[in-house]
Amino acid sequence: MKYIAWQMLTGDRAKYLGLIFAIAFSTFLMSHQVSIFCGLMNRTASQIDDVHDANIWVMDSKTQYLDEVKALTDQDLYRIRGVEGVQWAVPLFKGTSRAKAQDGKFRGVILMGLDDASLVGLPRSVRLGDPQHLRDPETIAIDETGYRFFFPGEPYALGRTLDLNDHTLKIVAIIDSSAPFVNLPVVYTKYTQARDLVGRERNQLSFVLAQAAPGVTDAEVTRRITERTGLKAMTGNAFGWETIWYYIKNTGIPINFGITVVIALVVGTVVAGQTFYLFTVENLKQFGALKAIGVSDWRIVGMILMQAVIVGAVGYGLGIAMTAGFFAATADNLDLRGFRMLPEIMLGTAGAVFLIVFLASAVSVRRVIVLEPAVVFRG
Amino acid sequence: MIEPAVLCSDLYKTFGAGEDAVKVLRGVNFEVPRGEMTFLVGPSGCGKTTLLSVIAGLLNPSQGDLRVLGTPLAQLKGSAAVEFRRKNLGFVFQQFNLLPALTAAENAAVPLLAAGWKRKAAVEKAEEILNDLGLAARTRAMPNQLSGGQQQRVAFARALIHEPQLIVCDEPTSALDAETGHHVMELLRKVAVRPGRAVLVVTHDSRIFSFADRIAHMNDGLVDKIEINSGVSTC
Repeated sequence: MKYIAWQMLTGDRAKYLGLIFAIAFSTFLMSHQVSIFCGLMNRTASQIDDVHDANIWVMDSKTQYLDEVKALTDQDLYRIRGVEGVQWAVPLFKGTSRAKAQDGKFRGVILMGLDDASLVGLPRSVRLGDPQHLRDPETIAIDETGYRFFFPGEPYALGRTLDLNDHTLKIVAIIDSSAPFVNLPVVYTKYTQARDLVGRERNQLSFVLAQAAPGVTDAEVTRRITERTGLKAMTGNAFGWETIWYYIKNTGIPINFGITVVIALVVGTVVAGQTFYLFTVENLKQFGALKAIGVSDWRIVGMILMQAVIVGAVGYGLGIAMTAGFFAATADNLDLRGFRMLPEIMLGTAGAVFLIVFLASAVSVRRVIVLEPAVVFRG
Repeated sequence: MIEPAVLCSDLYKTFGAGEDAVKVLRGVNFEVPRGEMTFLVGPSGCGKTTLLSVIAGLLNPSQGDLRVLGTPLAQLKGSAAVEFRRKNLGFVFQQFNLLPALTAAENAAVPLLAAGWKRKAAVEKAEEILNDLGLAARTRAMPNQLSGGQQQRVAFARALIHEPQLIVCDEPTSALDAETGHHVMELLRKVAVRPGRAVLVVTHDSRIFSFADRIAHMNDGLVDKIEINSGVSTC
């Protein structure tokens, strides 16, 4: 009977392809949009994710997310260092500036100021150069996006210069950093240098990066820092999620992506459901004949479900392949870096497709179950 | 004495209830002997198709006694009734009802596939029967590549392949021209009528009455006359 179900399904090529296309289109739309959404949300916390040397972030108690910072005082840094359980704590500057190439091309950049001594906060993946040279005066490291923007089509080379706030700074390293939410180049320099490159606010300390002493948990240290200094302290992971949730709650991004996903779900269900239902109705006499001949309702339900599963699996496979193809084709595009399809998204989309084929076949199953086999004797 | 294949005693079938109730069968007494071809004839709306559906186990009678191949069919429930039909009954429909996506041989093999046979074995047996029915060269043709007469012969093969003891045919010639209808009935008589097996044909096509061993006339929900055909056409 599986063979019969398969032949019935694929016998009408137009309907079969219509069903496959409906599922594939829904799958592509859902998996693609959710992937872009997740990538976008991950980007909001990318500078946090790039810090691998310190687990704890300390900031003003009213800070809501990474990109809106109220500066701390140098005194705060010393107070944090004095908290029991803190192995070390270093300053981190995060701000924006404008960089200009020698040919006059300019662009806003995200400026990260790293502790002069330890350079804690620098991403570990270096494309070219030695980040230790950041300790030299008037030096910077720049991410690949920035380098390609300022020096398009040119091979990676060290020693080139950019102007920031009337300082001519030499590039000593090219960094592979995560893509930020706003697709600006990221420039790294030492903390004291960064302070000179931005405006003249009294305090320039954006964050303090700290590490718990051996034997003390991050949770305990963050609790102590908050208790002793009144500042907000949390792990990088928690701060990353807090930043992501800030964007989810305070921007229209999730609503826009959510609408697209719901439309994909509804359109997929309606088109697949309608096509599947029409397919069943047109084969009603044949199903009636099978019932009369002695094929049980359950076997016919099994045939319909098998058809639905085949359509779902093939459509899902094609849709996922389309999404994977999109991300594979754009893998080298630096503007789209960080966007990828996660296994969780594939699983979630599979669940949604299962829902679509279940709903699409449920109506057909009902129609066949209530079908009276005597219908075959009505000419 | 051999028990008839079908024995109906005071059989009633009513559709709907209350004021809307329609009595289609009004106490049918009727039997279909084995080894013969019995025709059930009568004007449109007299209840022929309903009686056929009840005898085939596709509808339950409202009242009365029905024994098919010695089994009180109306008392079989659910899967037992389905199983009974699958093993013991062969069906020939007015519109053939072949599955358009299957070849002639695969269509003929459907009852065996439903019984769990492997496809290859079932199709091989179907090809043998189609060969007997003169369709050896068309076993791999799709239904839309076959003429009406050829499609009906495939339907015969489907009805015969599992060697049922009762074959029920609903207007087997109504979709065919007179000449093809005649040939088809000749063939049906040749391959279907066997000792121990009964063939029940519902028809209003008087041109084929000569193929019946006996003709039951229905009128207004009752079988009111049984006619024995002594000059039955044979091939």
